[in-house]
Amino acid sequence: MDYVLQQLLNALAFGAEYSLVALGLAVVFSIMGLVNFAHGEIIGVSAYSVFLAAALGLTSPIVAVLLAIAAAALAAVIFERVAFRPVRYAPTTTGLLTAFGVSIVVQNLFMLLISPKPQSVSILNGLNQMWFFGPFAVSSLQVMELVVAGLTILALVLFLNRSTLGLAIRAASRDFATVRLMGIRANRVIATAFAISGALAGIAAVFIIARRGSVSPDLGFSLVLKAFVACVIGGFGSLPGAAAGGMLLGFIEVGLLVALPQEYGGFKDALSYVIIVTLLVYRPEGLLGQRVELGDKEI
Amino acid sequence: MLKVENLSVRYGAVAAVRDLSLSVGQGELIALLGPNGAGKSSTINALTGLVTPAAGRIVLDGVDISRSRTEDRIRGGLTSTPEGRHIFANLTVAENLRLGAAIRRDAKGVRQDIDRFLALFPVLSERYSQAAGTLSGGEQQMLAISRSLMSRPKLLLLDEPSLGLAPKIVIQIFDFIGQLKAEGLTLLLVEQNARQALRFADRVYVMSSGTLRFDGPPTGLADEHGLLNLYIGG
Repeated sequence: MDYVLQQLLNALAFGAEYSLVALGLAVVFSIMGLVNFAHGEIIGVSAYSVFLAAALGLTSPIVAVLLAIAAAALAAVIFERVAFRPVRYAPTTTGLLTAFGVSIVVQNLFMLLISPKPQSVSILNGLNQMWFFGPFAVSSLQVMELVVAGLTILALVLFLNRSTLGLAIRAASRDFATVRLMGIRANRVIATAFAISGALAGIAAVFIIARRGSVSPDLGFSLVLKAFVACVIGGFGSLPGAAAGGMLLGFIEVGLLVALPQEYGGFKDALSYVIIVTLLVYRPEGLLGQRVELGDKEI
Repeated sequence: MLKVENLSVRYGAVAAVRDLSLSVGQGELIALLGPNGAGKSSTINALTGLVTPAAGRIVLDGVDISRSRTEDRIRGGLTSTPEGRHIFANLTVAENLRLGAAIRRDAKGVRQDIDRFLALFPVLSERYSQAAGTLSGGEQQMLAISRSLMSRPKLLLLDEPSLGLAPKIVIQIFDFIGQLKAEGLTLLLVEQNARQALRFADRVYVMSSGTLRFDGPPTGLADEHGLLNLYIGG
């Protein structure tokens, strides 16, 4: 029983983290058609900000959490302003290459200015404890990850459904030109989407730092690949799809770890992708994506 | 109100609009007619700033807006109901109307305007909380025009409001357009449906192949033969 509960929590926590990062990708993709592969470096900027602040004498974990989220949101907005805005109306491949460029530049900045080697950050280690519920021992970090991801998604849903800017983001995901015809500033809509995307990455960064206790230049890159897969499973551009895809990916990975004998554990990723590819054969548009024929236009 | 001087729009090597000049006076309803591909929609898109003209000047209320962004032109009192309606299909009727009023800060006035359009078009009231994509074409057109009016524009550009609608609905839409004119709104109406457009028009421009072929009162076109000749460039 203890083992089942532990693995269930494992899957939920992994899934929550993938969902947060995947949502960040999906918010930007839905309105700009940009797959932001520099999203991992937003997590990186967030983590290194905490590292630097701790090195300079910051001791409050609460301040560190706020700093992580603020730094990520700011980094995302700056990436948009400096790198993505000039290529906004260029073909999508240009945006994709720009994102890879930003990713490489920022990773190298971490290496040059700080160190290519992982750096220890202990300020958030306090989040990672064992909690005891009667006979059950659970990781506080995993419980918090799940709760925080749930609350964050709820806040995002409220924002997108209640605020004018949120409505504009939803409208822009289908028809940006007409949103501009409402007098709503395109730059503001896009900057908000990037800020949201960054804040989601910052929240994920908090949990990554707390779990690993260290930061490294390639910290976010592999996670963004996972989030990309989560988006594909859910249907690219669909926000509920990104959240569901992230959760499903968490369950597939943990499920395989549990099901596979110890010595085959290394096949986890390969088998995950086999399952995902099989899924996509039957639903190429993803779980919650809409089937769009080439040349289709919404009228 | 609006003055367009020597406007040209090009898409690469193709000239969609050539050296077009027109004016719309305060309170006028101007019809811009022409066959498919005459450059009417390109003209509208140049006026709203969604395409950048190759040459020419656009002056709204004495202010040169030729280089302004779309958003600033809308805030300056110009608005457009685009061809094909372009309602936000994934948003509810209520949310569509709310976005139409995004540039306004007077919540009470916005509420009053919404109530006014719901009274005018009861079907929008019935479908208030439903996705706008579930509306019929005519209902979508009513929503699209209402949404444009939510910004309280000085000048409304209407691009093909009759497109793809049943004749009965077309008459209803044009009755509404006539009512807007009676209330003092200035309108520039782009249409292929000449008969309906001429019902309320003060003056008419006819375009074909990107150039202006006629400029005058609707009576000048009373002979349908004349209009046909203009359409086919006779």
